[in-house]
Amino acid sequence: MPIKLPFRPRRQEFPPDLWTRCPDCGEMLYNKQLEKNLRVCPKCGHHFRLRVDARLRLLLDQNSFAERDGALKSVDPLGFIDQKPYLDRLEAAEVSTGLREAAVWGTGSIGGHRVVICAMDFAFMGGSMGSVVGEKVTRAIEAARSDRLPLVIVSSSGGARMQEGTLALMQLAKTCAALGRLAGAGVPYISVMTDPTTGGVFASFAALGDVNLAEPRALIGFAGARVAAGTIAEELPPGFQRAEFLLEHGFLDEVVPRPQLRDRLIALLRLFRPAPLVPVESQNGTGPMLRSLGLMDVLGDRDETRGSAEAAGSQGPARG
Amino acid sequence: MQAGTLHERDPDHAALREQVWTRVQLARNVRRPHALELMRHMAAEIVELHGDRLFRDDPAIVGGLARLDRHRIVFVGHQKGAETDENIRRNFGMPHPEGYRKGIRLFQLAERLKLPVVTIVDTPGAFPGQASEERGVAEAIARSIQVLSGLRTPVVVVITGEGGSGGAVALGVGDVVLALENAIYSVISPEGCASILWRSPEAAQDAAVAMRLTAADQAELGVIDQVVAEPGQGAHTDHADTAKRLKAAIVARLDELADQPVDALVQARYGRFRDMGAWTTVEPVVPRSERIGGLAERWGLTDRLRGLLESGRATLTGSVEQPLRPQAGDLADEPPLREEV
Repeated sequence: MPIKLPFRPRRQEFPPDLWTRCPDCGEMLYNKQLEKNLRVCPKCGHHFRLRVDARLRLLLDQNSFAERDGALKSVDPLGFIDQKPYLDRLEAAEVSTGLREAAVWGTGSIGGHRVVICAMDFAFMGGSMGSVVGEKVTRAIEAARSDRLPLVIVSSSGGARMQEGTLALMQLAKTCAALGRLAGAGVPYISVMTDPTTGGVFASFAALGDVNLAEPRALIGFAGARVAAGTIAEELPPGFQRAEFLLEHGFLDEVVPRPQLRDRLIALLRLFRPAPLVPVESQNGTGPMLRSLGLMDVLGDRDETRGSAEAAGSQGPARG
Repeated sequence: MQAGTLHERDPDHAALREQVWTRVQLARNVRRPHALELMRHMAAEIVELHGDRLFRDDPAIVGGLARLDRHRIVFVGHQKGAETDENIRRNFGMPHPEGYRKGIRLFQLAERLKLPVVTIVDTPGAFPGQASEERGVAEAIARSIQVLSGLRTPVVVVITGEGGSGGAVALGVGDVVLALENAIYSVISPEGCASILWRSPEAAQDAAVAMRLTAADQAELGVIDQVVAEPGQGAHTDHADTAKRLKAAIVARLDELADQPVDALVQARYGRFRDMGAWTTVEPVVPRSERIGGLAERWGLTDRLRGLLESGRATLTGSVEQPLRPQAGDLADEPPLREEV
């Protein structure tokens, strides 16, 4: 016979499928109302995490999204077993999220502007970046470059996926290299950082936006605050690694509340288009070709060894 | 030293653990030759350069000009100290962002002067403190990776000790990646991995085995191209001989790379990292309902649309005006009261 306690836990009055407690102000929020408010606490403005489908719906024009590479799936290249085999963790994440990986990419439009968009979902293994996430991000970057469409990446990730070891680490190199080419091709990239964007994701593609935006109070940092506090034994200031801290230190262009995010992107996309392509004489005799009018041309820096748009795209930055 | 890769798994796991952990300790040995010691042994001439021209000179990253046989090079490397005082000054080889920005400055100098670059990787990781975050260590790492990946001059990377995470890969992008026999390369320190995945730092040895962080394992994975054998009981026992072996490997690679057209070089470097990773392609539709069973009826419109979407036949519908539905993951996995950070 169960023991009867003299009091009931308070939270039982709020069935969790109907109510959510705001972790910032403690307010009990009716779920339907919270959803209607874009998962932003109406009392204190706390931004709850957004799942990837909701994120895409929030930002994109209706019916405009076409997902690409949805069939990519992680494998277990190291045979990694901690307390649970990696493959079991993947399976559990798939079942609980209904996603195949922590990133989704495709094409769509925002206020009529066609874009390549990639969004991450923290619910899938902490949004961690393994080979598939790195590959999807890279394919998104490459598509933006070849189709000359602005790129938007919405990050939400704890960092590189430990279970894939250095192969996960190499995704930092892969994504940054691809972004280097995108920049060389004169195609703009808007990075939107949401709670949390840390570790290897922040230290690669998320930090490299031509424009960096973030949601209010989002945790953004290189090392987890626990790591920093634990290993370094420093007093950390209030608001350390929050979006506003990064804005103050010059690593963000703007902190944008979620209800204004779509409009902000539209405003940017109106002003911020890929550089026009200009015809140039090919130097290796394959006929005229198109290349972007970039900094290199303005500076009149023409390297004889550079014979193609490909090479122009891979040009290292800040020459001359 | 016997190279024991995990593919030839030792039936005795304890022995394997011991073997891997020995290498981790060798990679961290303070007597191990670090970037400047190695450069001084290898180079006929050497001039160290200082400062990022933006904030300060970071002693945890060193760099400069040097001559290796017929090659004039630019070198950049993490620098630890052999004694405690030196190690404190060098911040135990954990760079602040200005260290990486010094590196970027030197990489771009090398590109302008058409000098090949040699980087020496040996760090527990970038410094995770407040000053580092304030000045944007993540941005500095990402930028360094980006600059190296498109640099229009040959780049040879040598991992000589600890290849610790993002702080290592910031200097780890090149045409060729070499590693000393007892070097390690990992996405997170074994201790960090253990405390997160095993929830106990004592499991560091298990984490070291699971991450396959030894040079031999990394070569098998294709992350590094060549393992350079160390003398005797390890590099710390004979700096001069270690440097001699390393120099031979570096110079051979510089000879090869010097002959390549720079476009092909940059293209191949992009391809080298572009190809890294492992995945599979599966049937477009996830048979979710079977696995989830009773939970399936909770799935709303969006999920069904997502199912269609994954088959590549439909597009995601919905608009901002529509109320966002409760998150499937919240329902299935965890009570919505819990917001983990």
